[in-house]
Amino acid sequence: MFRKRPPPEEERRVRANDREYNEKFQYASNCIMTSKYNIITFLPVNLFEQFQEVANTYFLFLLILQLIPQISSLSWFTTIVPLVLVLSITAVKDATDDYFRHKSDNQVNNRQSQVLISGILQKEKWMNVRVGDIIKLENNQFVAADLLLLSSSEPHGLCYIETAELDGETNMKVRQSLSVTSELGDPNNLAQFDGEVVCEPPNNKLDRFCGTLYWRECKYPLSNQNMLLRGCVLRNTESCYGLVIFAGPDTKLMQNSGRTKFKRTSIDRLMNTLVLWIFGFLVCMGVILAIGNAVWEKEVGALFQSFLPWDPPVDNFLFSAFLSFWSYVIILNTVVPISLYVSVEVIRLGHSYFINWDRRMFCSRSNTAAEARTTTLNEELGQVEYIFSDKTGTLTQNIMTFNKCSINGHAYGEVMDVLAAQQKRVQPLDFSSWNPLADRGFCFYDQSLLEAVMVGDPAVHEFFRVLSLCHTVMSEEKSEGELVYKAQSPDEGALVTAARNFGFVFRSRTPGTVTTQELGKAVTYTLLAILDFNNIRKRMSVIVRNPEGRIRLYCKGADTVLLERLHSCNHEVMTITSDHLNEYAGDGLRTLAVAYRDLSEEQWDEWSERFRGADKATDCREDRLAAAYEEIEQDMMLLGATAIEDKLQEGVPETIAILSLANIKIWVLTGDKQETAVNIGYSCKMLTDDMTEVFIVNGHTVQSVREELRKARERMLESARTRDGGKEAEAQGWSGACAFGNGCGAAGAAAANWTPDESKCPPAQAPPSSLLESISGEFALIISGHSLAHALEADMEREFLETACACRAVICCRVTPLQKALVVELVKRHKKAVTLAIGDGANDVSMIKTAHIGVGISGQEGIQAVLASDYSFSQFRFLQRLLLVHGRWSYLRMCRFLCYFFYKNFAFTMVHFWFGFFCGFSAQTVYDQYFITLYNIVYTSLPVLAMGIFDQDVPEQRSLEYPKLYEPGQLNLLFNKREFFICIAQGIYTSVVLFFIPYGVLSHATQSNGVPLADYQTFAVTTATALVIVVSVQIALDTGYWTAINHFFVWGSLGTYFTILFVMHSSILFSIFPKQFHFLGSAHNTLGQPVVWLTIALATVICIAPVLAFRFLKLDLKPQLSDTVRYTQLVLQKKRKPGGRAARGVGSSGAAGGSALGRLGRGGSRRSGYAFAHQEGFGELITSGKNMRLSSLALATFASRHSSSWIDTLRRKKHTNNTGAQNTPPTGDDITTSSQAPPLSTSSTLDVHQDSAAGDAGQTSNEVVFTHSPEDIALSGVRDAGGCSAGSVQESAFVWKGIGARVSGANSPGPPPIEEETSHGE
Amino acid sequence: MKNEGETAQRPDNTAFTQQRLPAWQPVLSAGIVIPGFLVIGLAFIGIGVGLFLTSQTIQVQEMDYTGVATDSPCFRCSMISSQNCTCEITFSLDKMFTGPVFFYYGLSNYYQNFRKYGVSLDYYQLSGDTQYFTSPQSVCSPYSYDSQNRPIVPCGAIANSMFNDTFELYQIINGTKNLVPLDGKGIAWWTDYNIKYRNPSSVNGSLANAFVGTVKPINWPKPAYDLDPTDPNNNGFLNQDFLVWMRRAALPQFRKLYRRITEGNYAAGLPAGNYSLTVHYNYPVLTFDGRKKVVFSNVSWMGGRNDFLGIAYLVVGSLCVVMSIIMLIVYAKFKFSDDDDA
Repeated sequence: MFRKRPPPEEERRVRANDREYNEKFQYASNCIMTSKYNIITFLPVNLFEQFQEVANTYFLFLLILQLIPQISSLSWFTTIVPLVLVLSITAVKDATDDYFRHKSDNQVNNRQSQVLISGILQKEKWMNVRVGDIIKLENNQFVAADLLLLSSSEPHGLCYIETAELDGETNMKVRQSLSVTSELGDPNNLAQFDGEVVCEPPNNKLDRFCGTLYWRECKYPLSNQNMLLRGCVLRNTESCYGLVIFAGPDTKLMQNSGRTKFKRTSIDRLMNTLVLWIFGFLVCMGVILAIGNAVWEKEVGALFQSFLPWDPPVDNFLFSAFLSFWSYVIILNTVVPISLYVSVEVIRLGHSYFINWDRRMFCSRSNTAAEARTTTLNEELGQVEYIFSDKTGTLTQNIMTFNKCSINGHAYGEVMDVLAAQQKRVQPLDFSSWNPLADRGFCFYDQSLLEAVMVGDPAVHEFFRVLSLCHTVMSEEKSEGELVYKAQSPDEGALVTAARNFGFVFRSRTPGTVTTQELGKAVTYTLLAILDFNNIRKRMSVIVRNPEGRIRLYCKGADTVLLERLHSCNHEVMTITSDHLNEYAGDGLRTLAVAYRDLSEEQWDEWSERFRGADKATDCREDRLAAAYEEIEQDMMLLGATAIEDKLQEGVPETIAILSLANIKIWVLTGDKQETAVNIGYSCKMLTDDMTEVFIVNGHTVQSVREELRKARERMLESARTRDGGKEAEAQGWSGACAFGNGCGAAGAAAANWTPDESKCPPAQAPPSSLLESISGEFALIISGHSLAHALEADMEREFLETACACRAVICCRVTPLQKALVVELVKRHKKAVTLAIGDGANDVSMIKTAHIGVGISGQEGIQAVLASDYSFSQFRFLQRLLLVHGRWSYLRMCRFLCYFFYKNFAFTMVHFWFGFFCGFSAQTVYDQYFITLYNIVYTSLPVLAMGIFDQDVPEQRSLEYPKLYEPGQLNLLFNKREFFICIAQGIYTSVVLFFIPYGVLSHATQSNGVPLADYQTFAVTTATALVIVVSVQIALDTGYWTAINHFFVWGSLGTYFTILFVMHSSILFSIFPKQFHFLGSAHNTLGQPVVWLTIALATVICIAPVLAFRFLKLDLKPQLSDTVRYTQLVLQKKRKPGGRAARGVGSSGAAGGSALGRLGRGGSRRSGYAFAHQEGFGELITSGKNMRLSSLALATFASRHSSSWIDTLRRKKHTNNTGAQNTPPTGDDITTSSQAPPLSTSSTLDVHQDSAAGDAGQTSNEVVFTHSPEDIALSGVRDAGGCSAGSVQESAFVWKGIGARVSGANSPGPPPIEEETSHGE
Repeated sequence: MKNEGETAQRPDNTAFTQQRLPAWQPVLSAGIVIPGFLVIGLAFIGIGVGLFLTSQTIQVQEMDYTGVATDSPCFRCSMISSQNCTCEITFSLDKMFTGPVFFYYGLSNYYQNFRKYGVSLDYYQLSGDTQYFTSPQSVCSPYSYDSQNRPIVPCGAIANSMFNDTFELYQIINGTKNLVPLDGKGIAWWTDYNIKYRNPSSVNGSLANAFVGTVKPINWPKPAYDLDPTDPNNNGFLNQDFLVWMRRAALPQFRKLYRRITEGNYAAGLPAGNYSLTVHYNYPVLTFDGRKKVVFSNVSWMGGRNDFLGIAYLVVGSLCVVMSIIMLIVYAKFKFSDDDDA
């Protein structure tokens, strides 16, 4: 911060091996510094920062005011004690944070790297690496700075890097050095290298680099392809040399990790507004009292001068009024209590710890607990309305499993029903017994397929042969039988692995051959051509010659594409396979069709000729190649289809269902292709076949996008009109869209409007009850990245937003990281809603930083997202707990805390205002100044903190069970301006009572020995005591969850008050400080009087009784859902009859399950999932042989990738290296996902319920029971996290009664629907 | 506690960390609130009746002697600012005024609670610290030094403005005035007299010597060590009247205890009859529209007469009862149907 910055660079010149030359430019060294302070600067800098906070400055200002004797109505310590307390707490926190930053900086800076200094490799710390140095990297090392790749141990100067830390992509990337430098090779030559690089100045663009290398009077252009960026890891490359171009803070990584901008919660903003209002209020009070003072001084004070002359400087009443204004500002400043901000921080910290400590958000598999990385956003978790989710790694595990297949019209892998599946799952097929090369991690459950392979069904053999040949996977065999596949896309890996386990083992390849082991027999195929994949073709083929000399084309690809290119004799198989494909697609599986074609030598020769011609063409090479491919991929014979499950993370559909029940809208923003995204949309139940319509916006031009959006809105309108009038809520929701649509006029022809099965799905078929409606969206919108680019333009963004927000589900595919952020920004800007972005990769960082709340999944894809996030955990499903339990509680607690806090301070302070009218507006305080000092920080702070930290309205199970409980947060009902005014009014009312009751009683009261009670000290003690008692009773009333800590604090505070009171009024303290404690004996004298206690009792009842009555009536007349749930809970606890609830739950869920079954067969639209995530061009690499020499060293370590990285150390918490956990193959239990399980039968639901009710859900809870449409929220058991947390067994026991009716009913006036249920319980 | 290895990061499973602390979760159920209101209401009504009746038994005799009205006995004294004006107020008691009777003086529109007034005293002086005799603290200004720059002891506005009217009470029996003995002991707080205020230690056996070099407050006729010539122990800062005055009032209308009537024939109270009160009228209040009065009162267990408390209790108690009835009606109409056993 205080480092002097050289003027911004125009361009960067770096000369290799010439430190002197490079030093001229004063480039930053490789030392990074993320810490803010050092020991000397800490105090001044930290104080400076703290006083930039308005509140702190304000209190400093007050302090200064108090030092002016004419104004000072309070001793200076009443302000300085809290101020110092607040400042020191913050300072300690800052110091701790900075200490950890220092530690991690040191660790990173002291990493070793090998630098070439005067021809010799020397070990050097990272921080000492300079721009222009040449450093040597070895396999699996982190790149220390942004390097220009000079040479590598691999041929062609290739080197492989993993950029997970940087951009979140796990696949390897290839970097290649310039051929001139790659020839340098050994250190001696490199030491002589004196090329000069001229390039762009440091920037944060990860995918761009532009520069030129001048060497030996030649110019060589440099691109990103030649660069190794800091944060990458070298893989599969023994070693390489690089020239440091950017170091330390100039590296692209550091340029990207700019300081996260400080996020504020909406409560924060509201609080700041309110504090401003209170300031205004304070000034008003001050003015009123100052005017009063002026009048008084003129009318009374001027005449009273015989007893109280004006001070010499105060020669007239106006000046006196001016001083009185400031005096009152000092006295009344407690309406904006200094402890407010610090208390809020403490509460949030507490909530953060609860998140960190939550065992149900701990995943034992990856050994990570949830972490609240920001401690300031917790209550906003209770207000989320929009969730923006990444797909890969967030919703899905990015693990593909070969799940089912259809071979020659015969379906395999179908699991008949849940109960059978449960038994089978315990024992997946054992391949290793007959196939020594089998991959142990592979699970398949259908014995019949294995039998088919054994008996030698030719179609089955051919099927697996395709899978083992038609791919671009690389394999490495460390030792005999220990195969490791390196697949470009996980889909391919899954297919090849499946083939391997079924006896068709892909063993190795050369540029011209593929060697497999078919049922134990080694076979080498000659690879004639790879017809590579691309997005348009949606298929890939290989042409091979088998040992017998027959030429065959093997093809796999998207069914839509492939089925068109089959030979006509395939008709029958095609029909059956199509059915299977539909079925798979309906289950959310990614499908591929597999086919082959026999080629004669002539055909091959002829075609290869043409192919070579096309390949060599200089113009339109792509098109020509495509045409050539097209030509040969005809008349194929269908073998079957595969179904790959893009494994969802555990509990994703359930989580999404619960979250959408909580009225949270989930948008998926993914870089994936549309098909993949849609598939995942279906498998995680965001999209269902019951949706009225799924709009796909796919246009490439502004015009077409606009029209597609318009058309979508029109259709929504139409369907809203056809609906009966009963659904007012929806009509309202759409009215905005309505108006818009009408304004836009008639729609033109939509370019690619995809209307899957709306004809089959008329609105009448929509689910009948309001519950179903609330979760099964009517519409879904799918928009692709290029359309999004148009939709996000300023003139269309509102239109897009209207349309999207009217949809239940929104999926944006093929979006760039920037677009992700833009979408979030759009919603944030136009909808006054809290947004949450969740993702795991570096491509999600922008959106995580943009959203109000960013959540990082700490998974496999590096930790960039986690570093940028506010919360992190390892499973998507923890989101429901984070929001519905922690977020909801945090919001509730914070709101209750704020209400009470403002109340207590108004009650406390406003007494001075009333007293002003009786003391000549002289700014005389009512209370002892020690009481004023201690009231906020001692007497009343802890009970409200305890409430703010521990309070619960309903138990956590209930908040998951009744997601509607989340709604008050979204609607901002618990603390808003109205609530604030109610609190203030209550506080003022209390202050009136607290002043006027003692006034009325004491003004004529005497002690029983005749001494009047109307002296100032007695009055002060009486009022203060009454105040402390009233606010304690009030907090007791507000506390809904009395733990021992609450008891301790509430009673303790009262006890402390009386103790301190008596101590301060004791003769001992007086004898030590005679001037300070002149309330000597007041406590004793006052509190010994029955009249005083009668006064306090009277004041307490007058203050509390109306509140109590009001709350009771509100509970009776207008119960909130939480009240109802809480009440029911209580009644249930009393009755101990859980059986009734379970039985009811079965009734409704059983019915729902039945309907789900009925719908299942109807099948969905064709959702093809040729979902190769890979880039094209790998086929070329293979055939060219460039990438063939993967070193054995590289691959040996490849399997056990280290997931710990130096960036890890930036994190505060120490994570143990979790390689071990990752290496263990997933067990059968882990692999199962919900989508495999057909809906439950009624009886099985019943079983689960009874088990749950008996608290014995242990065995059953590992099973996910989720019916196929999210509207059937007959969740009979929530999945236990496969050992993720033992505690969740309880949780899984929750029973999903017919909530919908209740939930919707509870918001409407009238008798709460609970009664029905509980009476049933009797 | 923690498992080794894989689950080392697993949070502890304690009731605290998992937010499962056993807790009492009160609900505002009808079974508690309605009877609660009823009980509180009835209790308050009971207390209120008791307080009110007790309060009614207390006798109070209050007389304004400021002399605003031309026909009032002290009108003459109020007009002139002579130091030694006396006036006489007569009153009669219809019935026995049971003792002990307390004799108060009261002031109205008098702002002892004004902030500047309230801080205008030197606690070090008043605790007998002679260091501060010579240099009073600045808060006493403008009553720290007199015109010749001599320190004032006790300094400050409170001490300076000490009430200095004196009274003598006579019972008129058959035309003769019988002096009613007034007891001025123990009218100040015990702590004030015994701990808080201290005279400077006597020099050569005389309190006056300790005050050498200081002057009396400007308004005072006599120096502090000479306030009560009849009782040497009632002088200096430990003079009872001074202590009573220094305990400033919270409100601009206040009463302060002047004397008790506990001695001789009047120990049991003031018999019915005619009385005459001689007022040595010294204290000016009319300049700022103040009022002076004397009050005779007796006390009960709950102190002096206090109708407000009793009435407030009655009102609040009744409201609570009414509220409980309203709540019962509302509850009966909108209750949770299965709440009968709650």
